[in-house]
Amino acid sequence: MVQYIVRRILMALPVLFGILLVTFVLARLIPGDPCKAILGEKATQDVCDRFIHEHGLDQPIHVQFGLYMRDVLRGDLGDSIRFHRPVTRILIERLPLTLELGIVAITLATLVGIPLGIISAVYHNSPVDVLTMIGANIGVSMPVFWLGLMLAYVFALLLKGTPFWLPPSGRLSAGVVAVPFYEVYGMAVEQGAPQFYVYEFIANLYILNSIITANWKVLGDAVHHLILPAVALSTIPMSIIARMTRSSLLEVLRLDYVRAARAKGLPKSAVVLKHALRNALLPVFTVIGLQMGAIFAGAVLTETIFGLAGVGRMLYEAITARDYPVVQGFTLAIAVGYVAINLLVDVSYVFLDPRIKLK
Amino acid sequence: MSPVSDATEEVTKLRSSLEDYRANSLWRLMLRRILRQRSAIVGLVILGALVLVAIFAPLLAPYDPEEVLIGVEPVTKRQAPCIHLLGCPADQPQHLMGIDGNVRDQFSRIIYGTRVSLFIGLTTISFAIIIGTTLGAIAGYAGGWADNIIMRLMDVLMAFPSLLLAIAIVNVLGRGLQNALLAIAIVNVPTYARVMRASVLSIKQNEFVEASRALGGGPVWILFRRILPNSLSPLIVQGTLGIAGAVLEAAALSFLGLGAQPPTPEWGAMLGSERNQVFSAPHLVFYPGLAIMITVLAFNLLGDGLRDALDPRLSGVVRH
Repeated sequence: MVQYIVRRILMALPVLFGILLVTFVLARLIPGDPCKAILGEKATQDVCDRFIHEHGLDQPIHVQFGLYMRDVLRGDLGDSIRFHRPVTRILIERLPLTLELGIVAITLATLVGIPLGIISAVYHNSPVDVLTMIGANIGVSMPVFWLGLMLAYVFALLLKGTPFWLPPSGRLSAGVVAVPFYEVYGMAVEQGAPQFYVYEFIANLYILNSIITANWKVLGDAVHHLILPAVALSTIPMSIIARMTRSSLLEVLRLDYVRAARAKGLPKSAVVLKHALRNALLPVFTVIGLQMGAIFAGAVLTETIFGLAGVGRMLYEAITARDYPVVQGFTLAIAVGYVAINLLVDVSYVFLDPRIKLK
Repeated sequence: MSPVSDATEEVTKLRSSLEDYRANSLWRLMLRRILRQRSAIVGLVILGALVLVAIFAPLLAPYDPEEVLIGVEPVTKRQAPCIHLLGCPADQPQHLMGIDGNVRDQFSRIIYGTRVSLFIGLTTISFAIIIGTTLGAIAGYAGGWADNIIMRLMDVLMAFPSLLLAIAIVNVLGRGLQNALLAIAIVNVPTYARVMRASVLSIKQNEFVEASRALGGGPVWILFRRILPNSLSPLIVQGTLGIAGAVLEAAALSFLGLGAQPPTPEWGAMLGSERNQVFSAPHLVFYPGLAIMITVLAFNLLGDGLRDALDPRLSGVVRH
């Protein structure tokens, strides 16, 4: 088991190296002078020479890659052209929102998708099954940005004045302030200390922060604002999870051991939920892991639509403003996160599937 | 009727059905199996309609998709749809899907957009299939270090969420439809490399391949004449589903302003340029999105149907 986990981690290393290589190559392929791209068109030759030397751009390419790797491993992703601030710091500021949105979305997708898939499989070919699968097919075919905008139109405009009204943008209503937990509890932290960034990160997870500080008004408001983007973001994963659960469960239900369980007189619900589902959920689990990566990509679109200042929105703005270091850094961070999630999923198989231990 | 003539008739019937069976080539059998899938039929019908719309776009579109109607007709910017059948006064010019932000007829733009989207889907995936199958075939057939290098590279490309990698590539190449197409094609290459490699690995063990080799067939000949025809069905299935994904990705890139540039009537770009007007002019967001969804749905349904028809075991997970 330990051997499996270690081997799986070792297998991820070349992929991580490859990701670094790809982002490095992409950064080098940006047409034009890197100095002018970063410092602006008006940079003089003198300034440029110094810049190129400082960043090691006059070194051979493999040395440059070495420097890049060293910087990344230190957590240095370069400076944003627009904000003149380290990309890493911007990432830390923007990540909590995206994390919150992503976790809510994937939870929603799982909690709705799996039961839908089970119902479809158990009542195979019934109207419920057909309807669910039509819905799932439409769900995977919908552009996220379109769904988001239409949801905003319906819930923020058409349903205005009804109890179903939902805010179309932002994280909190005007006037509602999420006071960081460290201020509420009077914890003394020095600004700029590493500890401060950790606290800040946690405080920026509004839902978690409002639970810690027991501020239910802020919690309600934050959840209220999160509903539309989370629903939009969860639709595609939900459809995929439902389809996967259905096909996987249908396959398992055909197996002999399920028939044996039925034959010995167990009620159908027990056979499905206890015996069949456990095996059927293994591939579903993999899909959920893969979808987490897709959610990050979807966040670029969802956050742009719902005016949420998260990683995705920042990435979009950076693309528009040609802020190359931010685009490269964020891409790298998201890809690494994606690999880490898939690694976690694979490793957790050890606990979910006893057969792996035997290999 | 005598029992003898009865029997003769029976034999003739049997013989003709046997001939029928022989005349059924592989392709006809395949077609029959495909047409048994409900979703494939629905997908094919929608797709057929879309292809017709794309071909006959100049006949169907009442206006030129790029024609600005200021001074041509009494219409205003972002005017809501005017449909005579639904009670719009007959003295007003009919615009089924309203007027866009640049005072153009949106219906005509949607119609012409079909051409753009089908073109995007077909070209990107064809490119991805050609490159991907070549790489996959080399990896699977040669094995050893070639296999290792190619497949590790594919792993790395797969490690990025696809839309994100496409964004990063366009960021480097520069915005525009052509670069967006290239980016989407690159992002899709690993899928086909994997599919092709897997089929090559399983097929090359077969005796008929060994026989071809014993008869002196070279590797390229064996790959093209023996292995490729036998690995077509997973490629077709994956390709059809891939087109659906490519259309969505291209729309997303254009929505973000990285893909098709104005005035190209591309659905994602149309939606993106009017997204801030969703509250005042919802028709400018609704129709392009609906068009994208219908197109993607058609390819998804067809792909699912093909998968069930051609290879019941192939239910592998494709990333989205």
